[in-house]
Amino acid sequence: MSAVISVNNLSKIYESGFQALKNVNLDINAGEIFALLGPNGAGKTTLISIICGIVNPSDGAVLADGHDIVRDYRKARSKIGLVPQEIATDAFESVWGSVSFSRGLFGKPRNDAYIEKVLRDLSLWDKKDSKIMMLSGGMKRRLMIAKALSHEPKILFLDEPTAGVDVELRRDMWEMVRKLREQGVTIILTTHYIEEAEEMADRVGIINHGEIVLVDEKTRLMQQLGRKQLTVHLAAPMAAIPAPLSNLPLTLADDGMALVYDYDANQERTGIEELLRTLNQHNIEFKDLHSRQSSLEDIFVDLVKNGVNREAMAS
Amino acid sequence: MNFYSIRAIYKFEMARTWRTLMQSVASPVISTSLYFIVFGSAIGSRMVAIDGVSYGAFIIPGLIMMSLMTQSISNASFGIYMPTFSGTIYEVLSAPVSALEIVIGYVGAAATKSTILGLLILITARLFVDYQVQHPVMMLAFLVLTAVTFSMFGFIIGVWADTFEKLQIIPLMIITPLTFLGGSFYSIKMLPEFWQTVTLFNPVVYLISGFRWSFFGVADVHMGVSLGMTLVFLLVCMLAVWWIFKTGYKLKS
Ligand SMILES: Nc1ncnc2c1ncn2[C@@H]1O[C@H](COP(=O)(O)OP(=O)(O)OP(=O)(O)O)[C@@H](O)[C@H]1O
Ligand SMILES: [Mg+2]
Repeated sequence: MSAVISVNNLSKIYESGFQALKNVNLDINAGEIFALLGPNGAGKTTLISIICGIVNPSDGAVLADGHDIVRDYRKARSKIGLVPQEIATDAFESVWGSVSFSRGLFGKPRNDAYIEKVLRDLSLWDKKDSKIMMLSGGMKRRLMIAKALSHEPKILFLDEPTAGVDVELRRDMWEMVRKLREQGVTIILTTHYIEEAEEMADRVGIINHGEIVLVDEKTRLMQQLGRKQLTVHLAAPMAAIPAPLSNLPLTLADDGMALVYDYDANQERTGIEELLRTLNQHNIEFKDLHSRQSSLEDIFVDLVKNGVNREAMAS
Repeated sequence: MNFYSIRAIYKFEMARTWRTLMQSVASPVISTSLYFIVFGSAIGSRMVAIDGVSYGAFIIPGLIMMSLMTQSISNASFGIYMPTFSGTIYEVLSAPVSALEIVIGYVGAAATKSTILGLLILITARLFVDYQVQHPVMMLAFLVLTAVTFSMFGFIIGVWADTFEKLQIIPLMIITPLTFLGGSFYSIKMLPEFWQTVTLFNPVVYLISGFRWSFFGVADVHMGVSLGMTLVFLLVCMLAVWWIFKTGYKLKS
C-alpha cells in the first residue's frame, strides 16, 4: 500500500519552549480511514496543523501526496481539506457564499453543481442562503465540513468532527465519511469517542505526550491486545474466592454474585476449561456465563496509563 | 499566480465593504463635508489665498489624504485582524496561496475601498468649492500609491495587534497627529523656519504636498521628492510584510 501522507521525524517546540511533538514518524495509506487517538494535549491538533500548514514544524518533514508540505506547499495543500477542532466562521456570510469562498481560495474555478452536491450531502441545501450566525452548532460543524470538501480534496482531516454533535447527526457523519472513503478520499480523524474509532477506522494510531505510542490495524489491535473477560454469575453469593480457585486470575464482583475471569483469547490454552472443571468439582453452581472482548477504550486507557506508569518509574 | 484565490479574498473583503456601506463610506463623506463647512466656508472665507489658491480649495487635497490614510489603515487592519481574532484565518493559512497572493487580496481590497472613498470626497468637495485638477493622472497615481502604502501599513498593524485597543492606537496616536501637522490645513511655509525643518521629518508632508501639486501645480516640497518618498514608504511597508510572511510572525506558531 502506498502512503499518501508520510511524516518523518517531525518535532514541534512551541515558542513557549513546550515540546508538543517528539520525533513523530507516521504513514497514512491511500484510501484508508485513520483514527488518531490520544488524551487532551497529546499533540493531535499540533500534528494536523503542521501537515495543513497552519503551524510551522520545528524539525522533520512531511510529504502529502508526494509533495513536501513546506517546499511544495501549493501542490501539497491543494490536495488537503481540513475541518479544524474549533468552529470558526464568518457570522455575516451566507452558507453558499462561505463554501464558494473556500473553493476559490483553494484555487479552483467556480462549480455551482459540485457545491450544490456537497451541501445536499450534508443536508445544508435548504440553508444555503442563511447567514451563518443563524445556524445551529451542528449545522455549523457540517458547514465546516462542506468548506473543507469544497475544493475536492484527496485527503481530509477531521479534528474531532463529532464533538458536541448529537447521536443522530454523528451517525450521519459516519455515513458521510464512509461514502467519502468509497470515493477514494483518505480520511484522518481524531476523536475522544473510542467507539467512533472502533466503528469507523481501518487503522488506529495512539499518540501520547507528543509521541506515537502505537499504530496498527484496528482489528489486529483489538485481537492482539484484546483481553477477554469471562463472567460467571453464581447461583449463591460467595464471601471470598475459594482456595482451590486461588491460583487463577479471578476477581469477585457484584457482591459476591459473580466471578470475573481475565484471559488472553490468543493463547493456546485459555484456562476456561480448567476453571469450569474446578467449579464443577467443588460443586459451585452458576446461573450464567458471559464473555466479552475488551474494547479499544480499554486498550487505550491501558496504554496511556502504562505510559504514565513508565514515566513515574523513570523519575 | 493563483488568480482564483486572489479573487476569492478580494471578493470576500469587498463584500464586507458593501455589508457595512454606511460605516465605511457614508461616515467619512459626512465628516469631510463638515470640515468643508467649518474650515472651507466659515473660516476659509476670512483667510487669504495661499499660493494663489483659495483656502477652501487649498484644504481639499489635505482632507482627502487624511481620510485616505486613516481609512486605508482601518480597512486593512480590520480585514486581517478579524480572521486572526475569530480563528477563520486557519483557512487562508491552509490554502495553497502564496504570501503575495494573500497580500494582493487583502491590501488590494482595502486600497480599492479607500480609493473609491477618496474620489467620493473629491466629488463631495465640488458641492462646496470650485477647483480644478491640473494633473489628473498624477493625482490618481498619488491617490492609489498612498492607498496601497497605508493599506499595507494597516495590514501590518492588523497582524501585530492582539487586542482591539492596539488596533486603534497607532492610527489615533500617530497617524492623526502626523496628518494634522503634515500641512493638511496650512502650507508649511506658514511655519517658522525651525518648525519647517522639523516638519520635513514627517512623512505625511510629502504625500500631501505631492497630492496638492497634482491639483494646483504648487507645492511645499518638489513634486519629484514627494513621489520618491511615497515610493520609499511603499517599499518599506512591502519589506515589512514580506518579513511577516517569511517568519510567519504572529500568523503561525
Ligand atoms: N500555540 C501554542 N503554544 C504553546 N503550547 C501550545 C500551543 N498550542 C498547543 N500547545 C500545547 O501543545 C500540546 C498539544 O496540544 P494539541 O492541541 O496538539 O493537543 P490535542 O492532542 O489536540 O488535544 P485535545 O484533545 O485537547 O484537542 C498541549 O500541551 C498544548 O498546551
Ligand atoms: Mg486537539
